[in-house]
Amino acid sequence: MQTNQLLAMFSGVLLLLGLIAFFLGRAKAARVRATGTAMYAQPDQYAWFAVLATAGPAITVGAIGALLMLLLGADIPTLYLLAGSLVIAAIGLLVGMSQVKPDFHARQAIERVIRWVLVAAAMISIFTTFGILFSIVFEALRFFQMHSFWDFITGTVWNPGASFLAAAGRGDEAGSAAQFGSVPLFAGTFMITAIAMLVAIPVGLLSAIYMAEFAPRRVRTLAKPTLEVLAGIPTVVYGFFAAITVAPIIVDVAGFFGLDASFNNAVAPGLVMGIMIIPFISSLSDDVINAVPDSMRQGSLALGMTKGETIRDVVIPAALPGIISASLLAVSRALGETMIVVMAAGMRPNLTANPLEDMTTVTVRIVAALTGDLEFESAETLSAFALGLVLFTVTLSLNLVSVLMIRRFREKYRVNNL
Amino acid sequence: MSQSFDDISAQLRRRHRQSSRLKWISMGALGLAGLFLVLFFADMLNKGLPAFQQTYVEVELTYNEDATRMGRAAMEPEDAKIVSRSFERLIPGMLRDDPDLLGTTETRWVLANGEVDQYLKGNRNKLSEAERQAVDEKVESGQVALKFNTTFFTEGDSKMSERAGIMAAAVGTVMTMLVTLAIAFPIGVMTAVYLEEFAPDNRLTQIIEININNLAAIPSILFGLLGLAIFINFFGVPRSSPLVGGMTLALMTLPVIIIATRTALRSVPDSIRHAAFGVGCSRWQVVRDHVLPLAMPGIMTGSIIGLAQAMGETAPLIIVGMVAFIPDVGASFTQAATVLPAQVFTWAGEPEQAFVEKTAGGILVLLAILIFLNATAVVLRKKFERRW
Amino acid sequence: MSRHESSRPEPGQPVTRNTDAHHELSIRVRDLSLWYGQSQALKNINIDVYQKNITALIGPSGCGKSTFLRCLNRMNDLIPSVRIEGLVEMDGRDVNAAKMDEVALRRRVGMVFQKPNPFPKSIYDNVVYAPRMHDLVSRKPEQDELVEKALRDAGLWEEVKDKLHQPGTSLSGGQQQRLCIARAIAVQPDVILMDEPTSALDPISTATIEDLMDKLKQQFTIITVTHNMQQAARVADYTAFFHLGEIIEYNDTRTMFANPATKKAEDYITGRYG
Repeated sequence: MQTNQLLAMFSGVLLLLGLIAFFLGRAKAARVRATGTAMYAQPDQYAWFAVLATAGPAITVGAIGALLMLLLGADIPTLYLLAGSLVIAAIGLLVGMSQVKPDFHARQAIERVIRWVLVAAAMISIFTTFGILFSIVFEALRFFQMHSFWDFITGTVWNPGASFLAAAGRGDEAGSAAQFGSVPLFAGTFMITAIAMLVAIPVGLLSAIYMAEFAPRRVRTLAKPTLEVLAGIPTVVYGFFAAITVAPIIVDVAGFFGLDASFNNAVAPGLVMGIMIIPFISSLSDDVINAVPDSMRQGSLALGMTKGETIRDVVIPAALPGIISASLLAVSRALGETMIVVMAAGMRPNLTANPLEDMTTVTVRIVAALTGDLEFESAETLSAFALGLVLFTVTLSLNLVSVLMIRRFREKYRVNNL
Repeated sequence: MSQSFDDISAQLRRRHRQSSRLKWISMGALGLAGLFLVLFFADMLNKGLPAFQQTYVEVELTYNEDATRMGRAAMEPEDAKIVSRSFERLIPGMLRDDPDLLGTTETRWVLANGEVDQYLKGNRNKLSEAERQAVDEKVESGQVALKFNTTFFTEGDSKMSERAGIMAAAVGTVMTMLVTLAIAFPIGVMTAVYLEEFAPDNRLTQIIEININNLAAIPSILFGLLGLAIFINFFGVPRSSPLVGGMTLALMTLPVIIIATRTALRSVPDSIRHAAFGVGCSRWQVVRDHVLPLAMPGIMTGSIIGLAQAMGETAPLIIVGMVAFIPDVGASFTQAATVLPAQVFTWAGEPEQAFVEKTAGGILVLLAILIFLNATAVVLRKKFERRW
Repeated sequence: MSRHESSRPEPGQPVTRNTDAHHELSIRVRDLSLWYGQSQALKNINIDVYQKNITALIGPSGCGKSTFLRCLNRMNDLIPSVRIEGLVEMDGRDVNAAKMDEVALRRRVGMVFQKPNPFPKSIYDNVVYAPRMHDLVSRKPEQDELVEKALRDAGLWEEVKDKLHQPGTSLSGGQQQRLCIARAIAVQPDVILMDEPTSALDPISTATIEDLMDKLKQQFTIITVTHNMQQAARVADYTAFFHLGEIIEYNDTRTMFANPATKKAEDYITGRYG
């Protein structure tokens, strides 16, 4: 029999057992209660307890068995495993039934189980983080066994071209050894991020100032969601926009000034990424500026300060931790942004300070390394995980610093909605 | 002795100018951001709207013996040049399915090929001067015309631009989102309920909270690495399938749903909980019967927004292989599929000019869906918004 | 003995004159009315405020005394739905006139708020910020001198002279409030408005601030809102009793508390309501 059919049968039988447990449990509890005995719980609660006792252990055993098969390669035939689970379900049913008695706290037992299920759900997010960490670190370590960490961090040439030959055991035939110096990739990443920030921080912050301090109420309630549309546009769409519309414009403009620009220049993706990030900065800054107590503004105005001076010298300094935190989040966002650069930036690792040249980024190389028909074991594929590890570390630190800063702001002004 | 009003006002003139300068500059910044948005949408509409029209040709088809082997034979050589090759290939099959057709003649509108279509839309194309004239004549006589492009909405991907459609990607998106929602919604809501209603304020809880905030800010491509290394390589989930794509996106959407649900739960006032405790409900009963129903609109809103976010996500799906070429509309969670943004990405990489409008057309469909979802969320929030 | 000469006063003038006090006019208010949207918060207020005196505004909460105070330096401008009619005159000028620059007005009419609100800057910068912007001081020694003088006048110098560059928020509540007073007097205003300056403070800080007010009235005209009748009795030269948006009685403080002219004021002062 197919595994699918086995699973379907297993589920069917388990469901049947569950139903039996429910109705038997309820009937028994109702009978006991009909005799006038005071019980700790309602008949339905006993019934649900019986269901839990039936299904819970059985499913757990099935899942653990499946996991063991995966992890240890232990060869338990699926049929036996599922059959075993069903036996356990039957035993669970009997135990559940025997617990239908007046002095058993069925409700408390159920709620204990529910609580554990909730805890398990909450742990998933932790597992996700560890999952990301482990998957990256594990593969990255394999990469660093092949290539030195130091070369990776400080090397200025990224040329993975020949690594697949090495993986195929023909390393000697390669004309030149593969080189994995990540400096050009990070230079490209930082260049594009810097351009994005040059667009996003002034525009975002000033927009926030206008919305929070000057704009009439109506404008503000309209402008904020409108700006947030910018953040809701899929990045693949921005990538297309950057590559097809913005990049040729940049080339034309550069040509007008007698400069030579590549169609994969860093300005186009940087600019478009900046536009995408505007709402990240404007929304959070607007919230933070609004959270600055009005008494500060009044204190300044009452001293004969103009509105502009009040904003510049009192409101913004007070909101600064929040604004910095928003900017850090935005930087982290820009560093990890993938689609825009994959579609609009270049593929060539290029260590240059000229944003009109084509240059590539960390995320572009990750995608490039993992989408070809390469052997998974090759150094180029594994290099994606090494790059991912660096990206993870950098963005994680930025996020943590940002969270700490916003927390400090929150404690200072006792605002809870940030 | 203090200064008079006039003296002070005179000193203030410069400072007032500075102040209003800040106002105008900041207003300009907001206007600039708005202008970006307008330009962006104008550009997408301009590029994408032509994709909803396609050139069709009226041809006379003679179903002769040759056409059972080579569809081209059914047409005048003149017509065969401008008809889509994708249609020629269908003719032998048509004859096999319906042998009665053999020997008959009919006139029908069929897809023109991509170059003719681009010529009619005034774009760059590879037609020769003579071919252009031929097409022009047919346009004059009404045998070539632009019509609404149903193919775009009913077909899967194709290497022939005139036949490429978004149906396969749309189905893939729906299946992927089903998986995402099936995983992220229950786990997200349960996590939020635990953190808001049950969790003691201890180390572990704080770690979970910080961790969730961090997950929300981790670059999406790293989720792709997780999907590749753990779901595909370790658990053996089929590559490129809606299952693995949905699972990967579920982990990404989880923090969004958790944060939205927590906000919704927090906005339910404690007085409700106290009242329920007061009549003897257990903590779980309070949550199930009183808090969750009141928080449901907020939870739904957050989930829709999370779903919209996941729907536009591409990078992690590329890593788990969901950029496959999918000509047929799929129906399985474990077979290779693609999604709308990935389809957009694939088309954007095609060198042919005709694919530019397909790409932009796909983008318009995607944006329309996202705007619809977000509008639903906003309406939902407005409708159920309650001030306690 | 006619230290208090009681007669029918002109509108806006106190029922009884305090013979110890100065009587040069500082702010003249005539028929001032104020609406928040539809609801009227002030009704035909008339009052003459005299220079270098402390005038206390008392009355039950919600009676409009804070609203009135904020009319004097146009802080109500910040609330969009407010409409004002009537005359507030200072230095021969209508404060509410379109031509009047409200920033210039606030420069001459300073304010201290209910809750201390130091800027998120150092103690030094809190004091020197406004004078520097107003070009009252420019060079560093001038600034140092000004900071010291303002802090001395506010009675805070001895406590903070060694930590001038710590943030203003690091001080205790009473110290913060005195810092705010130092900040206000550093710009050399004519009038200082105080909106329940001690209501957020402990009794010892309150006493310190009351002493300070008594000293400051040598240089400044002080108008203070207070919930606390004993405080009004202790520090004020004149007291105006507000009720439901009207001034019921404006009188020399001693007379007001010993022998009020109106029944309502007497009921309030003796604690029958409020």
